[in-house]
Amino acid sequence: MSVFPYVVAAWICVVGIYGIVTSRNLIHLALCLTVTQSSTYLLLLTIGYVNGGGPPIFKGVKLGTTAVDPVVQSLVLTDIVVSVTVLALILALALNVQKKVGSMDPDEIPELRG
Amino acid sequence: MSWLLPIPVVVPLLVGALNIAGDHVLPRRAGDVLAISAAATSFVFSLVIMVDSMQDELTHWFGGWRPRSGVALGIAFTADPLGAGAAALASGLTVAALVYSLTYMAEAERFYHTLVLVFCGAMCGFALTGDIFNMFVWFELMGVAAYALAGFKIAELGPLQGSVNMAVTNTIGAYFVLLGIALLYGKTGALNLAQIGRTLSGQRPSGLVVVAFTLLVAGFLIKAAIVPFHAWLADAHAVAPAPVCLLFSGIMVELGLLAVARIYWTVFDAPFGSHQASVRNLLIVLGVVTALLGSVMCFLQSHLKRLLAYSTISHAGAMLVGIAVLNTKSLAGVATMVLSHGLIKGALFLCAGIVLVNLRDIDELRLHGRGRDLRAATVVWIVGAIGLVGFPYVGSYLGHAQLDEGATLSHIEWIQPLLMIASGISAGAILRAGLRVFRGLGAREDDLLSQQPPEDPPETLRGNPLLIAVAGTVLALGLLVSLVPGIAQRAEYGAERFRDRAGYADRVLHGQPMKRTEAQLPFAVAHTGTASILYGVGAALLTLTVAAFGLWRQRLPRPYLRGGGRILGPPVAALKAAHSGVVGEYVMWITAGTALIGAIWAFTLR
Repeated sequence: MSVFPYVVAAWICVVGIYGIVTSRNLIHLALCLTVTQSSTYLLLLTIGYVNGGGPPIFKGVKLGTTAVDPVVQSLVLTDIVVSVTVLALILALALNVQKKVGSMDPDEIPELRG
Repeated sequence: MSWLLPIPVVVPLLVGALNIAGDHVLPRRAGDVLAISAAATSFVFSLVIMVDSMQDELTHWFGGWRPRSGVALGIAFTADPLGAGAAALASGLTVAALVYSLTYMAEAERFYHTLVLVFCGAMCGFALTGDIFNMFVWFELMGVAAYALAGFKIAELGPLQGSVNMAVTNTIGAYFVLLGIALLYGKTGALNLAQIGRTLSGQRPSGLVVVAFTLLVAGFLIKAAIVPFHAWLADAHAVAPAPVCLLFSGIMVELGLLAVARIYWTVFDAPFGSHQASVRNLLIVLGVVTALLGSVMCFLQSHLKRLLAYSTISHAGAMLVGIAVLNTKSLAGVATMVLSHGLIKGALFLCAGIVLVNLRDIDELRLHGRGRDLRAATVVWIVGAIGLVGFPYVGSYLGHAQLDEGATLSHIEWIQPLLMIASGISAGAILRAGLRVFRGLGAREDDLLSQQPPEDPPETLRGNPLLIAVAGTVLALGLLVSLVPGIAQRAEYGAERFRDRAGYADRVLHGQPMKRTEAQLPFAVAHTGTASILYGVGAALLTLTVAAFGLWRQRLPRPYLRGGGRILGPPVAALKAAHSGVVGEYVMWITAGTALIGAIWAFTLR
């Protein structure tokens, strides 16, 4: 297995976090969070990949056919479902921030500091 | 009786769904009763599970997917005394929060109950699961409910800030956890904790395992609010409704620590067993820094809930130290400390809620002397502050004493005076705030304290008796923890079981029954060492000094004041500036902290 997908996963994770740190817009920030999240998909799918493996659907397929690991795929699905709720919540909060402050800039939200 | 295990999780989740589905059909009071009885059911069953698990590990395989010849494919809930105890504390505090909300959140929409119940179910699931991916799912579910609860009063800016900061930082924590899980799965092909531990045992720690450990620990420490991952907590706790703060401070933060302890003792003790010192040293340093920094920041607050929030950070640091000592005594100390701290700090948050309802403000300086008529709240606040000190046989003392004993066994006595200083400063700050608000002592102005904008009080029915009854009951239970006969011995037994990796794997994967120990655990009040009593008294004296300093600082001779200001002014200003409330900066701290932890372990864990 090549290391290339692992490097890409790490890169995507770091890029997403960089976007969050420097973000000036809450919707942009939420999307950067999704970018970070997609690094987890890539890592999981890479880990479950088998060279030459087909999809893990065994109906009508000869026993012993090589297939990729179905467990990581279900993990990715669960991850997507759980994270979409977080994304929806942050977008809803962003909407309210816009109503309240008239801007989406995370630097302008803080009311409590120190 | 392993079929009981899903009940504390399933009942609140189902009733939460039912509650929201029947929003237009059920009368309001019926919904309240339903929600409280669901949490109470969860509490009772958690207690039954806890008592049962004293005899043997309870393991429930969902769908009957039991392990075959030691290989687990299914998903399991496993209950040990400490995990089940955490579930019981979570659901018990939920009952208290819901009863308090009967008046405090009387005008809140019905989905408030649903959110609280989902939160409760997720916390119980997190405490009871024996599967690492399942742990991630509960972690995220707990998180989502918590973000929504933190930002519940969405019409104000403060809650939006708290909720956004909490959601972004904790979600990054969840992704770190998931990345760690993926690496572990790639290495071992297993998701069951016992199975991963078994596969890794006897292997030398590889770079991959070190990275996975770093990511998992950092992810869970974000939830546990350990420096440098802690800043979200003060924002979220300051703005969440008081009963929600009870759940946040009382158990959610501690569950992050439980997770660190759990993954260490079921999985990573295997590859790192010979490198315990480097795991221990780094975590102890993080814990001590957190305890001290949290208590200093606590002293610098005038917003009552934010003050309590920083005190929680300080106590979370002390608990991390207890876990990091890595022996049975100190782990037992953490368990009893979590119990007493959760109840007492919860009562203090509820008391802050009473202040907000009655006096329509939450700022210590603006409230100077205005709380004189709130007699019951005065008692709860002052006694609660004393309960957190660690004064002999009051409140969190037992936890401190067991931690001291554990630290002495491992020859790291130097942490005890530092933890004493931390608990003295934070309790002193709470005491100062109480004396100023309820007794009108001290100066009206203090430029040292960060003032925050006012919080809109909840639209409550004036139901003080109920609010005070709940706060008082929770406080009384917390104060008694050190005096309950037999609790120390049982906590130690639970901690011993928690640390027994090989035995845990045998019981979970092979269904081996536990070896019966014939000796019955005694019912006796724990005997504690002289050193602990002295530390307790020392912390109490420090508390009084700190409170007096906070109240009458201006009366010190002028040269001292000016000199002190010149020396301490810049670091205090820097500390305050670091807690800026800007989420990007928090994420930067998280990234830098994770990288640093990873780098240190990469060099030392080989």
